[in-house]
Amino acid sequence: MEATITLHVDGYRRELTVDTRTTLLDALRDRLGEYSPKKGCDHGQCGACTVLADGRRILSCLALAVAQDGAHVTTAAGLAQGGGGPHRVTRAFLEHDAYQCGYCTPGQICSAVGALSELEAGMPSHATDHPDAPVRTTDAEIRERMSGNLCRCGAYPAIVAAVREAAQ
Amino acid sequence: MSTTSPAGAVGRPLPRTEGEAKVAGHAPYAYEQPVRDPVYLHPVLSTVARGRVVAVETAEAQERPGVRVVLTHENAERLARTGDREFAVLQEPVIAFRGQIVAAVVAETPEEARYAASLVRVQERAEEHDVVLTQGHPRLYRPGEEAAPGADSEQGEPDAELERAEVVLDRTYRTPMEHNNPMEPHTSIALWEDSGQGHLTLYDSTQGPHTVRETLSGVFGLDPGQVRVVSPHVGGGFGSKGSPHAHNVLAVVAARALPGHGVKFALTRQQTFSLVGHRSPTIQRLRLGADRDGRLRAVVHDSEEHTSTVKEFAEQSAVCSRTMYAAPHRRSTHRLTALDVPIPFWMRAPGECPGMYASESAMDELAHELDMDPIELRERNEPERDPQSGRPWSDRSLLRCLREGAERFGWHGRDRRPRARREGDWWVGTGVAAAFYPHVVIPGSQARIEYASGCYTLRIGAADIGTGARTVLGQIAADALEVPVERVRVEIGDSSLPQASVAGGSSGTSSWGSAVVAAARAFTEEHGAAPGEGARAAATTPEETVAEDHAVYSFGAHFAEAWVNDDTGEVRVPRMYGLFSVGRVINPRTVRSQLIGGMVMGLSMALHEHSVVDERRGLVVNQDLAQYHVAANADVAGVQAEWLEQSDTRATPMGSRGAGEIGIVGTAAAVANAAHHATGVRVRELPLTPDRFLVETGP
Repeated sequence: MEATITLHVDGYRRELTVDTRTTLLDALRDRLGEYSPKKGCDHGQCGACTVLADGRRILSCLALAVAQDGAHVTTAAGLAQGGGGPHRVTRAFLEHDAYQCGYCTPGQICSAVGALSELEAGMPSHATDHPDAPVRTTDAEIRERMSGNLCRCGAYPAIVAAVREAAQ
Repeated sequence: MSTTSPAGAVGRPLPRTEGEAKVAGHAPYAYEQPVRDPVYLHPVLSTVARGRVVAVETAEAQERPGVRVVLTHENAERLARTGDREFAVLQEPVIAFRGQIVAAVVAETPEEARYAASLVRVQERAEEHDVVLTQGHPRLYRPGEEAAPGADSEQGEPDAELERAEVVLDRTYRTPMEHNNPMEPHTSIALWEDSGQGHLTLYDSTQGPHTVRETLSGVFGLDPGQVRVVSPHVGGGFGSKGSPHAHNVLAVVAARALPGHGVKFALTRQQTFSLVGHRSPTIQRLRLGADRDGRLRAVVHDSEEHTSTVKEFAEQSAVCSRTMYAAPHRRSTHRLTALDVPIPFWMRAPGECPGMYASESAMDELAHELDMDPIELRERNEPERDPQSGRPWSDRSLLRCLREGAERFGWHGRDRRPRARREGDWWVGTGVAAAFYPHVVIPGSQARIEYASGCYTLRIGAADIGTGARTVLGQIAADALEVPVERVRVEIGDSSLPQASVAGGSSGTSSWGSAVVAAARAFTEEHGAAPGEGARAAATTPEETVAEDHAVYSFGAHFAEAWVNDDTGEVRVPRMYGLFSVGRVINPRTVRSQLIGGMVMGLSMALHEHSVVDERRGLVVNQDLAQYHVAANADVAGVQAEWLEQSDTRATPMGSRGAGEIGIVGTAAAVANAAHHATGVRVRELPLTPDRFLVETGP
């Protein structure tokens, strides 16, 4: 069964017809040729496919494309080419060498942007002292919030440094 | 390097050439290469660990819309018999392990390929299987020379000396089956063009495009000139992408059945657990004989491992004990048993990594037995020459790494008693372990340099799997040509570029860099400092790159602080410090990332990694990233890596040695030794899961 949907990807309106079994990740990669989000596990276990949908970070391999009809999707490619130059998180990843093979990197960057908005909004995490206490951007908070994005090259210390810098 | 100008590029922390493309996600990995008329392949894997395929019913799958071909052992093309049975894909109805390719579907969409694959009915006849390595397994044998050159080695009279020694330690350590799990699962796009003799293009996720071209042209009986392998960006490999595997062959079989279509084949994460290699479990018995002052008299290191029935592979875990410490009497042996398991292969520092976990744990136990500082024990056993070859060391800086590392970590004043420091609910301890890695230069790589429009283009078919090779080769070329690095362009990742060895064994920069220096020298000799348009020169890695009369190794020291929860047994590692001797560091930014990355993977091995085999069903049951745990961000805190400022021109003309693997060697021992210091509980089996610490212990 097929369905026609509209996605706004990195600012561009894209209309496409998809098999209703298609995930958002496969729609982006296999149908639209948008390869910035990566496929590492296809089961929501590694975070490589993370994108921002209407401003929130989601795992695009666990989202069905038809359920995202009308969504505004931002990938790491969109963050890298914003109007005012690359996003501060993108720049910080480059500066801190917060990647090696680069495969998890677009997901890490989208996730970091999402995590920083969650911190700004005061949403608590497992690393927060108390749900009612004000949320501070500590290294422990960054590590906890970035733990859904695996990096087998082991760039975590540099990723934390990059996110910390971007938070300032 | 004599040609380095004072303001050279080597030694500068330049950012990665492909950095901007990677952070945007634009750097194309294998699956992301543009091809016309793509079709999608999904394999069908065996569900028994040993047996035969009795029948394959494909009708239902074939009738699905969009299905182009269903491949089985009955209709797949006959391949050349290369003697390597890993590549004999769909040739016989024999099942040698669970998760072996027994059929495949190619369809116009990935969804349809996957669904149709589920409709292929494979009738299997199971035979009794054996998938569990046990100590003293009845079918243990000594591996052949090809899999393990010098499987056994002996000096002096180790048995007699163990009888005589004042102190004898006899311990057995176990490491589990582990999987590489690079973030990019193995992927190929194969395109066969029928015109003329025919031509194969393979976009592949590989550590060696030339290796893949050579192997596949043999399997398909093609001239290497008919095959091109392209891999500009590779999402990690850690060894598993060091050779083609069965999936590459399957992609090409499908492509040759569908000329003109790019056959896209991305392994699922689950499929990578049976098709692209793993680290064998090891059972290692260490016997150390020493005098009361801690001088080793005898070292005996015996390792038992598994291999597959398809192909022999030996994890050479005991090799480290031939080199690390002075002892007049020593023996090391490797024994394998061929089980009905997938084919083991390289995983970061094969041999050294599990071997040094065992031997550095044993050294810690001996120090504890002698009530001696573990660094002092290593000082007493420092060999003047390489015990194995008798050659002088090119640069053995182990003691410097241990001593200076101890200073920087804050080792001194440590209370040696285990279970002596407690912070709240946590027992706290520190541990140390040594690291080493042999220096490897693979001969035969070729570099070509061409000058045009003020720019020097360096071409070599090397691979950058996240190491920084593209950046670092440009730095080496710039200094050897004595030109600014901005004027050097580097092309790698394509078998149509000059021959290059595999990115493995920490040999990449050493092997390719030596060819680059030779090519730059040839270029300068021929064309001088003001080359004409189109000037070019090429050279091959010289055979005599490494000083034959010296033992050339990298060394390092790991320090770790472990906290173990008294109630739950959970182990946390808030602080790790590594100090390494890797010769001259060509790019401090990328080398630091590599060393830290190795340490993080070592921490992951210490705390989490374990492929759990179901002995009844013959498969790894935790075959995904939710169940096969690798270190996540929250596991890693305060990891620091530094190095000694050195240069070793006996190793390479650049003065550098490899740095890709030493970070993982010894790391797990440092963590385990710290956990013992914290708790008094000596765990001799990885990973250090909480249950292992929930045992009764004295104060």
